[in-house]
Order: sequence, then structure tokens, then C-alpha cells
Amino acid sequence: MENNNKKAWLYLIPAAVFLGLFMVYPLIDVFIYSFEEGYNSASGNSFGTGIYNFNYILHDTYFLQALRNTFLLVIITVPLSTGFSLLIAFGLSSIRALKNLFQTIYFLPYVTNTLAVGLVFMILFKKTPYSDGLVNALITFFGGTGVDFIEGPYWARMFVTCFYTIWIVMPFKILILTSALASVDQNYYNAAKVDGTGSARIFLRITLPMISPTVFYLIITGFIGAFKAYADEVALFGTNLNAAGMNTIVGYIYDMLYGDSGGYPSYASAAAILLFAIVLTITVINLLVSRKHVHY
Amino acid sequence: MKVVLKDLTKKFPGRIKKEEEVTAVSHFDFEIPDGKLVGLLGPSGCGKSTTLLMICGLYKPTSGKIFFGEDDVTDVPPEHRGVGLVFQNYALYPHMTVEQNIMFPLGNLKGKDKLSKEEMKRRALEAAKLVQIDQLMDRRPGQMSGGQQQRVAIARALVKMPRVLLMDEPLSNLDARLRLQTREEIRRIQRETGITTIFVTHDQEEAMSISDLIVVMKDGVVQQIGKPQSVYDDPANLFVAKFLGTPPVNVFDGSVRSGKLYIGPDAVYDAPGLPDQKVWVGIRPEGFLPDENGPLTCSLKGVEVMGRDVSVISEHPGMQGSAIRSIIDAQSRVDTGSGVIRFRVRPGKIYAFEYESGKTLPLPGLEKEGNTVSWRAGEAQSGDQN
Repeated sequence: MENNNKKAWLYLIPAAVFLGLFMVYPLIDVFIYSFEEGYNSASGNSFGTGIYNFNYILHDTYFLQALRNTFLLVIITVPLSTGFSLLIAFGLSSIRALKNLFQTIYFLPYVTNTLAVGLVFMILFKKTPYSDGLVNALITFFGGTGVDFIEGPYWARMFVTCFYTIWIVMPFKILILTSALASVDQNYYNAAKVDGTGSARIFLRITLPMISPTVFYLIITGFIGAFKAYADEVALFGTNLNAAGMNTIVGYIYDMLYGDSGGYPSYASAAAILLFAIVLTITVINLLVSRKHVHY
Repeated sequence: MKVVLKDLTKKFPGRIKKEEEVTAVSHFDFEIPDGKLVGLLGPSGCGKSTTLLMICGLYKPTSGKIFFGEDDVTDVPPEHRGVGLVFQNYALYPHMTVEQNIMFPLGNLKGKDKLSKEEMKRRALEAAKLVQIDQLMDRRPGQMSGGQQQRVAIARALVKMPRVLLMDEPLSNLDARLRLQTREEIRRIQRETGITTIFVTHDQEEAMSISDLIVVMKDGVVQQIGKPQSVYDDPANLFVAKFLGTPPVNVFDGSVRSGKLYIGPDAVYDAPGLPDQKVWVGIRPEGFLPDENGPLTCSLKGVEVMGRDVSVISEHPGMQGSAIRSIIDAQSRVDTGSGVIRFRVRPGKIYAFEYESGKTLPLPGLEKEGNTVSWRAGEAQSGDQN
């Protein structure tokens, strides 16, 4: 027994060392930095401890802007992308012909490079001296007034961001939901059919509860993923997100560390801790809500 | 509600284009009388489940007609046929309570048939009481035993008051004890409701014990239809004889020579009026009577005492299979010393079958009675049996 215990620890050492060094230690460090006023990573000194960093970022307009952007992004994209994915997955599982072709097409965005996709979106939406972008061309064709989606009004920029985010996260969700739908026993549908159940009632009362654990998983990971959004915004608006007014919390953290105005690990740490607190709260709320509606 | 099947055929296309289509059910003709419990019996792949699914409407027959009473329901979708179906794995919705499961079919009623919540609850409770699960209305299927789930499934099928109740292998997911209990229960429920009930099984004992009528199928072709006892006593062919009864019928290589039925050199039975030919001889285990002067001479291999009766294992040069299993009265003494046992054959427990077709040949001593619905496949289409 004693021997086994030692062996077990021995086997755990490689993973434990790496996790400790690159995950646990930095986590603790970030927590400490967030309470150290003006920490300097070169000298390792700070002016003192307190909640000054939190106070500062909560009054920083850039952080508040990033917070607002992130919240809007989460609230808009998570329900919409999950809902659309459910619709498409349901459609995919209902058709026979060309099913594989459609599955491949819907999965393509997942394997496409983020920046390449960003470039395509630029072509679709960005106004340049030579063209107004494909979408604007369409809008004017149907008699509307074009709008600059990249450098224009806030709602237009937000629209592009949400559109992009929904589009990029859907393939994974569709994939997961398609397999969840396929795993529902056909007998349940046959039983419902013999009893004369309408297709809406079958979907709401049978299909949805049956795949509810999967939907819940997608919502949780969707929330977490959307809160961590950054790369997609860079792909659309370039690296200076503060100037574009489209920064996110993760973007703010990055800028505070390495951006042009960077070099403030204390502020970055405080923002990271806030993000962590927000994600934790939302996840706990999700778990509480799910108890009533998810059937394992 | 009587159920009439007219020349019902179901063919499935081959998976690959060049592959031939598979005939699952072939020319099924039968009228199921109102209020009877009918067992569709046969080995795996014989088409019994396909027949059931055609009656319920989940499969469309390739040709033929189905009538419920006078209504032609061949092209009627399942929800308008008024059938209740109990699935082999019950297909209870795991996220709903027992009550919600039973009420589910009632929630589909629309328009003038729409029921109030109270009425639905009342009907659900009524159905639950019938199958004696009214104490468990708040449980979920996962918290119940197989037998209880089975009852819920039956209640769910009955709650709409269907014209016909269909059950696909209703007992196969239960353990041996529960199976005995549940089949009595099915019998009781069917009697109480008087609903025409058709169930599918591969277990001959199950079918024999509770059915009013059994239909024996093989390779999509009906072999015999009749009351369980008359099908057992008077099988239409070798397949039916072998399929019914445990231990199974003992089969011998035999022949008819000048009005006598021979197994090897032993003339075991009279066969008046039959032309000389090679035949299969079948003798039920209970058809052997130990008799020192009996015509069938076997070498004794073992005796198993099973309380009520004695099972004798012996060998004979003409036998098919590895041994002859006979069941005799515990009172009869078996002399194990000599290594030889001689039998006489009980009339009505011995059958002769045509060597090629397997069709039953008439032998004396069969007292035919109460064999009203008996219908032999051999008369309609021969050559499909062995």
C-alpha cells in the first residue's frame, strides 16, 4: 500500500509539475498582482497592496466599453447560435438526400483559419476607396442606403461582430447536436407516431428533453467561449480595438500587458480576475437553471 | 374489433441496387376474431414483427389489404387506425413520470376529442389501476423494474382505448419469474378489456400458455394457425412439430412399408392406407411408453429423475440429433441394468411427415376435436417447408 502510494505520486509528477508551473502558479500570481498597486515585472516591486487596480479599471472607459461589448456579444450570440444550430442539425437529421454534402458544408467554417475568415468578412462588409463591400452593394441594389460596417456606427460594427461570431461557432454546435439527435432511439418517435403526436409536440416534448444535456453543454461552453472572445474582433477590426471601440475583456487584458499602451500587469490581472468572477457567476446560474430543465 | 389480413405481402428492397429484394411476409391470409388474444410465433427473421408493424401502420404492405372490422385501413396512417402498440423495449419517455407517460397519447387529441386536464388524469389513473401501477404515478421509468415499466407501456397503449392492442415481444426483456407473472397479467388485462390483442413472440411456451390462437410463421410464410393445443397435437408439418414443445419432438428417419410405420427395423405404428415411402417420424417426449414387448428398441443412456416424472435419455440408430429424450411417468419402472429399453408409442403423439415437403401424413389415433380455426399452410402453398 505504502509502496503503491509512492508509485502513484511518481507517475503524477510530470503532469503535476507542468500544471503547477504553468497553470497553478500563474493563477496564484495573477491573483496577487491584481491586489498590488503598480507592480513592475522588471523590478518585481510594487507601491503597496489594496483594491486600487480594480478601482482604476472600473473607471477606465476602455474597460467599461470592453465589458459592454463582451456582454452584448454573449447575450446575442449564445442563444442565437445555439438556436440556429439546433434548427440546422434538426434539418440535417431529417433529410436523406445529400446529407453528407450538407454536413461537410456546414462544418467548413470550423476548419477554416480565423484570419482567413476575417479577410472574407472584410471583403463582404468593409468600405474601401474602390468598393463599398458586397453586402453594401446588395443593400443599395435593393434600394437601401449603404452603411460602413467596419468603421461606421456602433450597431453596424456590433452586427458584424455578432454575425461573425455566430457563424464561426455554429459548425461545432451543429456537429455535436447532429450526433445527439442521431442517438435518440427511433422507437420513441415510432411510439409517438402511433399515438398521433404532431411534429411540433414531438420536438418539444420528446426530442428536446432527450438532447437537453447536449444543449446545456453547448450553452455553458458557448457562454465561456463568448466571454473569452478576442481573436475574432482582431480579425475584423485590426489590433487597435480600443480605437475601433470594439475591444473585449480579453482584448483589454492583452492591451494592458503588451499593447501600445501596455506594461501594466496589475491592471491586466485585475481585469482577468473580474472576468473569472463573471464567468464563474454565469456558470453557477446556468447550473442552477439546468437542474429543472435538463434530463440526464 | 376483428382484424382481417388479406393476402398481405411485404418486400424490402435489397441494400445494394443489384441485391434481390427480401420477402419478409408472403401472402398472409387470416381473420382474427373480435376480442381474442393472438400470438404470432416463429423464429427470428420469420416476419412476425413485420406483420405486427404492418397491422399498426408503421410499415406499408407491398400488396394485400388490412381490415379492422369492415374498415379498410391499409392506407390509413398509424395515428388514425386506433391501435395501441407496446414496444419490445417499452419506449417509455425517460424524462416523464409514469403519469405523464400514460397521459401523453391523450394530449394528442385535438378538436372535439380534446380532453380537460382532469379528464386526462382520471383516464390515466384508470389505465394505471388496470395494470396495477397506480401507486407509482410519480416515478420515472428509470426508477422502476422491467416488469413495472412493461405495465406502464401497456397502460400507455390502452389509455386511448384502442381498437386493437399490439405487442412486440412483450416479455423478452423480463427475467424468467417476471415473465411468468407478466404473461398471466397480459391475459388478465386482455380479458378485462376485451380488446383484440396481437402479440409477437419467439417463445413457444409463452405463446401456447396465454393465446386463444397462435400463428406459427417461418420465412415469412404462415405454417399453421389454430388453438395452441390443437396446433401442438396436430402439427401441419415437421417445422411446426419441432418448433412447439419442450423438450422438442424426437425426429427419426423412417419409412412406410405395407401399411406399417418403420423406424429402422422396428415397426412402431400402423399406417393404413399410406403408400410405401421414406418419411420423417416425430414422437413427442411424452409419447413413449416403456413396455417390455414394445416395438421400439433403444439403448439406454441415462435416466434423470425430475420429481413428478422421469426423463429417459436413449439412442436409436434411426434418430436425428444426438439423443432421444422421453418423459415417462415416475411410477413406471425403468430397468437400467440391461442397457436396453423398449417403448410402445402413445397414439396421437406420433407423427409421420413427407420426406421432401415435411407435410404431415395422416396416421390413425388422432382424435380431432375443437380444431375449428385450424388452417394448414400445406394446403395453400407447399414446397416452402422442409
